[in-house]
Amino acid sequence: MSTRKDASTTRAGTDGLLADTLVNLGRFLRPGAVSEDLRSVFLKGGREADSFYRDRWSHDKEVRSTHGVNCTGSCSWKVYVKDGIITWETQQTDYPLVGPDSPEYEPRGCPRGAAFSWYTYSPTRVRYPYVRGVLLEAFRAAKAKTGDPVLAWAEVTGNPETARAYKQARGKGGLVRASWEEASEIVAAAHVHTIKTYGPDRIAGFSPIPAMSIVSHGVGSRFVTMLGGTMLSFYDWYADLPVASPQVFGDQTDVPESADWWNSSYLMMWGSNVPVTRTPDAHFMVEARYKGQKVIVVSPDYADNTKFADEWLATHPGTDAALAIAMGHVILKEFLLERKTPMFIDYMKRFSDSAYLIELVKRGDAWVPGKFLMADALPGKDGKVANAAFKPVLLDQNAAPVVPNGSLGHRFSEADAGLWNLDLGDVDPLLSIADAADYDKKSVSIDLPRFDLEPQPGQEHAGGSGTIRRGVPVRQVAGRTVTTVFDLLLAQYGVGRDGLPGEWPTGYDDASSPGTPAWQEEITSVSAATAMRIGREFAQNAEDSDGRSMILMGAGTNHWFHSDLIYRSFLALTTMTGCQGKNGGGWAHYVGQEKVRPLTGWAQFAFGLDWVRPPRQMISTAYWYLATDQWRYDGLPADSLSTELGNGLFAGRTTADTLVESAKRGWMPSYPTFNRNPLDIVDQAEKAGVEPAKYVVDQLTSGDLRYACEDPDSPENFPRVLNVWRANIIGSSGKGNEYFLKHLLGTDAAIRGEESGPDRRPKTIDWVDEAPEGKLDLLVTSDFRNTSTTTFSDVLLPPATWYEKNDLSTTDMHPFIHTFNPAIAPPWEAKTDFDIFHLLAKKISEYAVEHLGVRKDLVASPLLHDTPDAMATPHGIVVDNPELVPGVTMPKLAVVERDYPAFAARMASLGPLSEKLGLITKGVKFNPDVEVADLARRNGVVRSGPTKGRPKLDTDKRAAEMILAFSGTTNGRLGTQGFRVLEKQTGQKLAQLASDNEGRRFTLKDVSDAPVPVLTSPEWSGSEHGGRRYSAFVVNVENLKPWHTLTGRQHFYLDHDWMAELGEQLPVYRPPLDMHRLFDGYSPVGSMEATGAPGSAGRAEVTVRYLTPHSKWSIHSEYQDNLMMLTLSRGGPTIWMSPQDANKIGVRDNEWIESYNRNGVVVARAIVSHRMPEGTVYMYHAKDRTINVPIAETSGQRGGTNNSLTRILLKPSHLIGGYAQLSFAFNYLGPTGNQRDEVTVIRRRSQEVEY
Amino acid sequence: MRVMAQMSMVMNLDKCIGCHTCSVTCKQVWTNRDGMEYVWFNNVETRPGLGYPRQYEDQEKWNGGWVRNKNGRLKLKSGGRLKKLATIFSNNDLPTIDDYYEPWTYDYDMLTSAPQTKNGPVARPKSLLTGENMDIKWSGNWDDNLGGSQETAQDDPILAHMSDHVKMEFENTFMFYLPRICEHCLNPSCVSACPSGAMYKREEDGIVLVDQDDCRGWRMCVSACPYKKVYFNHKTNKAEKCTLCYPLIEQGKPTICSETCVGRLRYLGLMLYDADRVLEAAAIEDEHELLDAQRSVMLDPFDPAVISQAKKDGIADDWIEAAQNSPIYKLISEYKVALPLHPEYRTMPMVWYIPPLSPVVDVVSNSGNDGEDVRNLFAAIDKLRIPVEYLAGLFTAGDTVPIEYSLKKLAAMRAYMRDINLGNEANENIAQAVGMSGAEIEEMYRLLAIAKYEDRY
Repeated sequence: MSTRKDASTTRAGTDGLLADTLVNLGRFLRPGAVSEDLRSVFLKGGREADSFYRDRWSHDKEVRSTHGVNCTGSCSWKVYVKDGIITWETQQTDYPLVGPDSPEYEPRGCPRGAAFSWYTYSPTRVRYPYVRGVLLEAFRAAKAKTGDPVLAWAEVTGNPETARAYKQARGKGGLVRASWEEASEIVAAAHVHTIKTYGPDRIAGFSPIPAMSIVSHGVGSRFVTMLGGTMLSFYDWYADLPVASPQVFGDQTDVPESADWWNSSYLMMWGSNVPVTRTPDAHFMVEARYKGQKVIVVSPDYADNTKFADEWLATHPGTDAALAIAMGHVILKEFLLERKTPMFIDYMKRFSDSAYLIELVKRGDAWVPGKFLMADALPGKDGKVANAAFKPVLLDQNAAPVVPNGSLGHRFSEADAGLWNLDLGDVDPLLSIADAADYDKKSVSIDLPRFDLEPQPGQEHAGGSGTIRRGVPVRQVAGRTVTTVFDLLLAQYGVGRDGLPGEWPTGYDDASSPGTPAWQEEITSVSAATAMRIGREFAQNAEDSDGRSMILMGAGTNHWFHSDLIYRSFLALTTMTGCQGKNGGGWAHYVGQEKVRPLTGWAQFAFGLDWVRPPRQMISTAYWYLATDQWRYDGLPADSLSTELGNGLFAGRTTADTLVESAKRGWMPSYPTFNRNPLDIVDQAEKAGVEPAKYVVDQLTSGDLRYACEDPDSPENFPRVLNVWRANIIGSSGKGNEYFLKHLLGTDAAIRGEESGPDRRPKTIDWVDEAPEGKLDLLVTSDFRNTSTTTFSDVLLPPATWYEKNDLSTTDMHPFIHTFNPAIAPPWEAKTDFDIFHLLAKKISEYAVEHLGVRKDLVASPLLHDTPDAMATPHGIVVDNPELVPGVTMPKLAVVERDYPAFAARMASLGPLSEKLGLITKGVKFNPDVEVADLARRNGVVRSGPTKGRPKLDTDKRAAEMILAFSGTTNGRLGTQGFRVLEKQTGQKLAQLASDNEGRRFTLKDVSDAPVPVLTSPEWSGSEHGGRRYSAFVVNVENLKPWHTLTGRQHFYLDHDWMAELGEQLPVYRPPLDMHRLFDGYSPVGSMEATGAPGSAGRAEVTVRYLTPHSKWSIHSEYQDNLMMLTLSRGGPTIWMSPQDANKIGVRDNEWIESYNRNGVVVARAIVSHRMPEGTVYMYHAKDRTINVPIAETSGQRGGTNNSLTRILLKPSHLIGGYAQLSFAFNYLGPTGNQRDEVTVIRRRSQEVEY
Repeated sequence: MRVMAQMSMVMNLDKCIGCHTCSVTCKQVWTNRDGMEYVWFNNVETRPGLGYPRQYEDQEKWNGGWVRNKNGRLKLKSGGRLKKLATIFSNNDLPTIDDYYEPWTYDYDMLTSAPQTKNGPVARPKSLLTGENMDIKWSGNWDDNLGGSQETAQDDPILAHMSDHVKMEFENTFMFYLPRICEHCLNPSCVSACPSGAMYKREEDGIVLVDQDDCRGWRMCVSACPYKKVYFNHKTNKAEKCTLCYPLIEQGKPTICSETCVGRLRYLGLMLYDADRVLEAAAIEDEHELLDAQRSVMLDPFDPAVISQAKKDGIADDWIEAAQNSPIYKLISEYKVALPLHPEYRTMPMVWYIPPLSPVVDVVSNSGNDGEDVRNLFAAIDKLRIPVEYLAGLFTAGDTVPIEYSLKKLAAMRAYMRDINLGNEANENIAQAVGMSGAEIEEMYRLLAIAKYEDRY
């Protein structure tokens, strides 16, 4: 007790002032000797009583790991273990240093990550395998009867009543524990039966974002792909893919690491709430302000990052492109026209398509922009060069036509080896026709599309589309009337010049003419003066800082239907000011942890490219659109998106029809591909004695064979088996959640809208009157916590958490690679994803001996980006009813062997194709001969069986070693080798970017000890060389390597027929979709008209915009169920709204409301805050229906997820393929699962809720 | 002079992103256990807002801290010895659980174990106190990101004392975050209020602790602490509080909340102070002078007289060196950009804050001036989106002068550094306008912006 203490008093305390304080009292209450103190007690030494806290801060070990959650963080953590139990985690601080004059990456982490260990022992942890009770009983009975698991599965799913019984039970509880043996038996049997009966492409795998745990993703993907199943995309599906990136850059996404924000001196955060969504990186922005960086926030609400902004531009949601175009208007006028800022002019000429010639086409009494003028139009030998149709033309200062190096036409032809580069030599391109010394003032009027008008009565479907007539300078080249992209850009942006015909703004304050600051004010509500000033400042800063103006953009602007246009309007700003490819400048798009730095090794592993090529990879948005029958409710007329300047390409067709066209032309992948088992097709071809590809063409021509997407509701075309791991498709990313429940799963759903009437149905998709319910036979999910995906699953498997396994992690936000490591062994009956898939594979191989054997599989795959396929569509002209030529006018057709009995053995070893065919990434081929030999020594080789002598990949660690060895970012030899390959192609010196690291090769041990900075590699466009911060396209700008586009430069202009049809050849403002005009069952925003929905009688209702931004208290649905996060927030689903909207429906903060539209119903509590703008509500995603979700009055069912109110909408421009940068690559291009254009009705509900 | 050492913290609110990582890591390590469910040694408040526990700053309600009586003597606001004795079994100034919040969990296991039902399983909230179903109506962070709502604005003690009426309107929205731990005061009212003598300040570093053996659970400390940073463990019936992570500090490591702060806004360090002058300073009459009075108690660790006396008072050489290298000393005493939280409570708190500088340029620009011009920036400080008066209500007993002084230094730093950033010549005039040299500004910039690990702790 206190006798143990050496207590002394402070002299200050004895001045008598405090004689009446209570310390005195302590003398009487405490036993033993007491201090003399009268104010404060000071104690020294002997404080055993506080050993409690010392004990609590003691642990047996700290283990490095991280979280795999698509948050972009990739933060390294210390996981503390005491007595074999994980206690908590704190951030690692041992990142490699950034440099003496920069803040560091330490500490990286956020509250979500810091709360992760809660899951380990939480009551939501999935501890054992579970099977839906109804199914398990039926399976057991069938197996008892048939004596064979595969036949048992056939019996269970083949009996309509049994099948309906377990499908209708999905999501309703009733899961029962099963043994691993039995659970894996069911899963394996389902796979084998499906392959045999329907075809391997009726099996799908969904697991997003490999970077967030590369091996765990890869092993399941390897499993699905090597079976012949379909891996579903995620980046486009999540609408995180900025389609503008492939359109403009020919690249998926490449962006600066967050430490490069520090190098920026003007930062606009546009639709990206950095403190919430990039929590560990936000400090670079905050700190850069102290270096004098100016910070602008563009956000419809007072978002968290607004606190840091020098200026807040509160745009109306979804109108951002108007603001960007007005800024561009100011910049073009002041910096590129009135004053020819040398830096900008030079950059535009060398690194953009702005000097290239566009042929104008006569239309009515004016002209419209047409195609890029290509070398094939030139007379003489210029027109006869290889790939002339893909070599665009510009003029030099003498107005002589020049075909510069570096175009798509130079990329793949032997004749042009060494010419695929951006070196213009002596050529100084003519940016504007009007700049020619001999310009004769010739100009023409052109009509340009606009979409900002109030629709005329009767034209509502056209959504405010119209035209504006302006003029461009022209000249005749090769007998054609041409102008430059730059001239067109000025016209599109409304920047007039003397002597040009057409309607031009009278000044910045002219609101009547599109493009001006005043025009945007009416659209966005940001004042014209502000738009003008910020645009000017952005450019001035770029000039002053050599391109260090940056736009940090995110979901707020990227999740819209017309996001590609919004982003193109942003990218126009960074390109015209010379900021792209500069440290501290350019675009910085962060949505999703998309960057798998060891890309090549991952791709080999994950797609089993070492054993079989090509893999089946599908665009998820289209897959779900058909599989969940959302197409039946959509009926969006494709021509409602067209410009009236179009050629009627979409007349009478729905967007669903454009999907079918895209699939049939081989533009986009389509799986299941045909209405027949692709294994049977090969057998039938062989039987008919016809080469399989020809057989398919013949059968398609005769109509005997059809594409599955033409008849998605016919049972032979259903997706049958879905493997989900590392994902929550049902409770999080599934746009149109209720359609998933009804049609894919066959259980109760709260869809409130009607299917399309006969006049709005797709013409090229068969319509069956009774839509199928429960298409899917098996949903099998591995997750360590419960979500809607687990509760709706048929089989639920318990995987290890992120603290219980080995894996690799990378992100675009930082340049490091580091590891997951097991702090404890997987508890209860959990297994790592790696072990789960290998367990399933063994079972499948076992059953395959009898049921499958070795089969041949006909794989149809789309025309691919970064290959000569990108030249399938000369001039982007879409020819009607072309002759069917696989790989040109239709998908490529390949026959591959599937050795199903050897499947498990192959999965667990490295196949021979890696060294035989090489590793190909973005058109660069790597030869891993040394690496394969080395891997054989490092991992050991298989002793016997079908893969005898091959290097082992039978553990997660060995798989990680392979991934590290096979990537240029982690193996300097391959990086250097790849650059040498590129040197031959480009004729430029590049190898020096990697060669000083040629001898470096990271093993798993190296990257486990601490995060390691990756090496510069041609897999990416930036450079870490010399310790610089990573910034995208630095190699293009500094080393003259072309972008992977038609011109090899950044594109303002896209000349594909469909782009012209949509009126989107150039960046243009399109408002958010007007749901009220496009679909039945919607009221305009602000309407308080009664809906008559159940429970609404006598209650005020209002229609509002419905946005689902990223949440502060969850990362998607992960952590939304975490007790710590729920405690720090409102403890359940919430919808944020303005006081004005709250008043309209008479709701107060924290009261229950219901929100409903044609897609479904949500029950949530209101959060009322004046930081929200009137007319817009936020339901931060992803609110799953698992936590504190009551029964809805509107549906009588449990309230939905945030995606219960959304639905898939396809944009045809995302479906273009086979043409230059508009060619498919997995997660590179495809229709996005956009969801921001939605509106909903909200009302206060009874405050008595039932669960 | 009697030299003592105090472990102190400065938080740069200008850098705080309101992420609550500090709260979570602190809770995981220290209070994630029975009896402490509702306790957050470290919490983060969105301001405007009511804080945690609700309205803790309203000392008319809670009677925390000290008051100066007519003859210049300090007494506990909660009352003298007689009153304490009389009310020892019925302390009326104690917050109830509803002032904090009723902690809850969910019946998560239903998600796997529920039998088949019509609407499927859901995890409902259950009270952690009673085990019953509950309706969630308040939490330790209920105000999060509201920016002060119309629902609660009238209850924000700081707003209530402002002369300007703050409208809760979209265009005028402002908010910032206030992370709070125990202040480890030089004049801690909790220690003085403890009838058991169980609370004490560690002599070597001034950390305020509760002796878990001696605490008798009277909870007078809970009432007396004006920051409400002493909590009652309802399982052990003892008081517990932030320990400034002494088990880590003793190993030379930063506190959990500091090291895990991803905003990199927390600084830790030793301050030397004159223990003989604490009371005198705390009892100064004019509340606006409390800030300077407390600064005057801090000793210059480079002053030979201080060093010599420190050695006499048993402070080791390496501690003196630590005080000299302390970022806290620079921020509080040299640059004078950090300010104490509620000095008017007269406890001499030792966790100080750099006020947030947020958005300023738009105010100037909207008035038609060049928002980038440093002279306009200074003129605009009083037009900040965050009203200076609100900040003054937190940090300077309502005196706006020190707030403006601090914010002007931050603004000057940004303007000065911009020239360097763009490769222009540095403008010494900017530095001089805030009484600094360019070199000093650059030093301050390195500490605030580059802020390497070893410079923060």
